[in-house]
Amino acid sequence: MNQAAQVIAVAAAALLALFGAALGRDPLFQAHAWILFFVLVAASYLLLQRKPAEAAAIPFKGATTKSGDAVSAAPAYLDGPIRYGAVATVFWGIAGFLVGVVIAAQLAWPNLNLEPYLNFGRLRPLHTSAVIFAFGGNALICTSFWVVQRTSRQRLFGGDLAWFVFWGYQLFIIMAATGYLLGVTQSREYAEPEWYVDLWLTIVWVAYLVVFLGTIMTRREPHIYVANWFYLSFIVTVAMLHVVNNLALPVSLMGVKSYSLFAGVQDALTQWWYGHNAVGFFLTAGFLGMMYYFMPKQAERPVYSYRLSIVHFWSLIFLYIWAGPHHLHYTALPDWAQTLGMVFSVMLWMPSWGGMINGLMTLSGAWDKVRTDPLIRMMVIALAFYGMSTFEGPMMSIKSVNSLSHYTDWTIGHVHSGALGWVGMISFAAIYYLVPKLWDRSRLYSLRMVNWHFWLATLGIVIYAAVMWVSGITQGLMWREYDQEGFLVYSFAETVAAMHPYYAMRVFGGLLYLAGALVMAFNIYQTIRGRQRQERPLVTAATAAQPAE
Amino acid sequence: MDYETFRHFADSWGLLYLVILFVGIVAFTFRPGGSKAARNAAHIPFERGENDE
Repeated sequence: MNQAAQVIAVAAAALLALFGAALGRDPLFQAHAWILFFVLVAASYLLLQRKPAEAAAIPFKGATTKSGDAVSAAPAYLDGPIRYGAVATVFWGIAGFLVGVVIAAQLAWPNLNLEPYLNFGRLRPLHTSAVIFAFGGNALICTSFWVVQRTSRQRLFGGDLAWFVFWGYQLFIIMAATGYLLGVTQSREYAEPEWYVDLWLTIVWVAYLVVFLGTIMTRREPHIYVANWFYLSFIVTVAMLHVVNNLALPVSLMGVKSYSLFAGVQDALTQWWYGHNAVGFFLTAGFLGMMYYFMPKQAERPVYSYRLSIVHFWSLIFLYIWAGPHHLHYTALPDWAQTLGMVFSVMLWMPSWGGMINGLMTLSGAWDKVRTDPLIRMMVIALAFYGMSTFEGPMMSIKSVNSLSHYTDWTIGHVHSGALGWVGMISFAAIYYLVPKLWDRSRLYSLRMVNWHFWLATLGIVIYAAVMWVSGITQGLMWREYDQEGFLVYSFAETVAAMHPYYAMRVFGGLLYLAGALVMAFNIYQTIRGRQRQERPLVTAATAAQPAE
Repeated sequence: MDYETFRHFADSWGLLYLVILFVGIVAFTFRPGGSKAARNAAHIPFERGENDE
């Protein structure tokens, strides 16, 4: 594909968006189409500005590469989308964490709800989608492109299709995010975008599958490395979940509103089949793929047990898909389905801990790296949180525990120990690993700043999770407190008031985590610029470990 | 196929199929000679430099 075809395609899409803005059946659809129109006009303008020679060159790399080199030496691997993906990961991470801090503050101080665009109801899906799909999704797409090329010894399949995946995914994020603020939502948790944005994501996701699977099928390495199995299961399963959960009939092709094909308890089960497997395959399997490549690479030793990683993979795949009903304990869902969800959730303990042990034991014989290498430290804390949240999750899925924990802040704390601890930390480590290599720098700008990021983030998570345990259990106990006559002791408003100090503390934990991400952004920016901070090394000769006598 | 038939097929033959598949995969992983193959596979990320094909 040449540049002209791309410009024409984007401009034609912009024209279609203009028709949408003119013919939209409701003001929301018109507003959303206007946003799409301006984004696409800007995109086609930027495409026109871009000369073909620049397209081949590495962006931001001018400092070290002479302009002639980049054109003549065509790189073996396609790393451009990975560079953009690494920057997008950091950008969306900060956006998502910032919105998280804002909505945490709104819960503590309700006056911060700015009607109508910036109230909690609209910002909450913005936060969840920004951290899961924008931050996590970009991290997964860019690391999967890196890993599949290196372990298949093959350039990404499909030429510029990988660029389409990157930009198409950003367009999905922009349309989803602006839709939430406008009030466009189909009210399915973690799947709030309406039908037309869902259709666009389906197209992008199929292109992603083609790029990834095509690279694997044209690989020059006989064996498919385990990280690719995890990434592939993530891509395939998310495609299936997304399509089934979003089966809906739009009221009009020029309107935002659609109705789900499911109703009642089937609707609820489909939603949580989707919701829990988004956790299982987006936030777990994908990031395990990341772990199984970057942990061995950074530790400079192969994974502890390759066969355990295969068993880990298949048991995770066979078990996870059944665990969703534990979100619907004590509802209209048939009892056998609730028990099924609980039993499979409890069984998930085994593969999860097998995987955690496999990752941690990769450091066997090199444990000193936890002290000397902040990246290894991040990966270890990520695995520790993976272990903790996959212990907590099955426990919370047990019906009697769930009767206390469900609908309380305990759930929120659990999600965040998984998301901030496992997903966030392993992604940060992967980005720190990739950026110097992607921009051909000998090292990161500052390892001490990585260390700062590590401690800020860890402290933030610990505060967040601990505070939510206390508030969640308090909440659960207050809700179920009866007096001698059988009346509830506390009104709901009283339980809300009791939460206030914890909500304020949670804001502080979130701020620490956000501060860590800002330190990261500065560090990454300076690394890309090609700078190196003059600093005292983290481990000096005086403090280095002495071999045991 | 109505709901009842489908459901009974799923919790009998479907279940058996998945269990056999899973046990087969695990057994295959621990086949004789599997450890050598696994050792080779574990070294895939280290075989070449990150930028040579």
